[in-house]
Amino acid sequence: MKLKGRKIYKGIVEAEAIVTKDGISFYGGVDPETGKIVEVGHELEGQSIIGKVLVFPSGKGSTVGSYTMYRMMKNNTAPAAIVNEQIDTIVAVGCIISEIPCLDKVNINNIKTGQNILVNASEGFLEVK
Amino acid sequence: MDLTSEEQDMLDGKFGKAAQKSMEILSALGEIFNAESMVEVTGVQIAGVSYDNLGEAGLEFLSEMAEDGKVKVLTTLNPAGMDRENWRLLGIDEEFAKNQNRVIDAFARMGVITTCSCTPYLIGNSPHFGQHIAWAESSAVCYANSVIGARTNREGGPSALASAITGKTPNYGYHLDENRYGQVLVKVNCDLKGTDEFGVLGKIIGDKLVELGMKIPYIIGISSATVEELKSFCASVATYGGTALFHMKGITPEYDKYPQPSENLIEINETNLEQARNKLIDDDIEVDFVSVGCPHASIYEIEKISRLLKGKKVNKEFWITTARPTKRIADEAGYSKIIEKAGAKFAADTCCVVAPIKGRFKGIMVDSAKACYYGRAKNKFKVKIGTIEDCIEEAIK
Repeated sequence: MKLKGRKIYKGIVEAEAIVTKDGISFYGGVDPETGKIVEVGHELEGQSIIGKVLVFPSGKGSTVGSYTMYRMMKNNTAPAAIVNEQIDTIVAVGCIISEIPCLDKVNINNIKTGQNILVNASEGFLEVK
Repeated sequence: MDLTSEEQDMLDGKFGKAAQKSMEILSALGEIFNAESMVEVTGVQIAGVSYDNLGEAGLEFLSEMAEDGKVKVLTTLNPAGMDRENWRLLGIDEEFAKNQNRVIDAFARMGVITTCSCTPYLIGNSPHFGQHIAWAESSAVCYANSVIGARTNREGGPSALASAITGKTPNYGYHLDENRYGQVLVKVNCDLKGTDEFGVLGKIIGDKLVELGMKIPYIIGISSATVEELKSFCASVATYGGTALFHMKGITPEYDKYPQPSENLIEINETNLEQARNKLIDDDIEVDFVSVGCPHASIYEIEKISRLLKGKKVNKEFWITTARPTKRIADEAGYSKIIEKAGAKFAADTCCVVAPIKGRFKGIMVDSAKACYYGRAKNKFKVKIGTIEDCIEEAIK
């Protein structure tokens, strides 16, 4: 299945999806050392996002979150790609400075955790394998 | 989005790596928010300066940008995590000081004026009416848009830096007339006085705006307000409501440019003020820290503090947070000597929000509603708001 989206940051990558209906705050909500979601009560609390195609509706929280994403890239704890319904400025800037392929305007209801996803952010689509 | 040939060249890397990364950030934001083009900015204020917030990763990003990045326009900095001269006296450790200076040095290499203040408009980064700017620091954004009538969106650290390096920002949001209309009519039915009271008003309005899902209040019924009261109000309404722009009839320059909204009326009377004030005073608070100057104290506030402290002794940790240039004026005028003789401390370049003081104190007393919010959320203190006079009385008790 092929889904269209809008390119936020270029790149082509294939990896396993991890999907949540909750928003993500990278500042405070994700541990950049372990790559795990640490926000109390979050649907993905305790789960690792390292090397995954991270699928969530939209970012939230402090603008410092962009720097947290950069730190994850440097630590090798970053997700392989990010797919959003509606991008926010924190995640957009985070992806650009960290060079993480990113798409938004994707109907994320069609993606399930564990599926293999080819993200072609450069051309604005993804494929559920 | 249409880019000029110069902007396209930046994006293609012809002006170096930092300019390319900057234009990538700005053009992506422009696409997301449907900007048709970029607009030139005349000034930038950068947030994300305290090492406490940035960490090693943020510092690494700045160092990479500083390899070939140079700012093209007047650019100043938000407060750092410490007083750059007086950090030892304020209890900052050596390691933190070293890292904080690495951050400031990276900005300096890019040509940023390293003022370290949240009130750039008081110390030389003061745009005039209608100018396009790219500012981070929510209180200063609100002041610039509303009180000065300049135009800026609420930028984050990286996007503000990107604008400094390129001299551009995508033309959307508050840069456009159509997005500057008042949305909510706020009728204030009582007299207001003092930085604390204007901060309380900001909290009431901010909380209501969040409930309504709206951003721009149009406020009537306030007969006068000082610069200090307005900066306190801006900090508060931006903190509690995410507000970047308000109009205040008879006071701000654009109040008669846009129609007074006829829907979404909020009325505020003395009882509302009293109730909101009580929400900024925690039960059983034991004050062991007093801090004045959020946003950074003006020279007029410092003069007042020196009058109130003359010949007295403080018995608690007492910080006056301000911009370095303002502190220099206070030094020359003799205010600093009086204040320091009373045992109070200047904390220039920093503030009680961004300094690494979590857990160091139990209860903080302030004259700022914004400082109450971050005192609780970030530093886990109990908080109490009062007038500047109340703060000083508490400190010498």
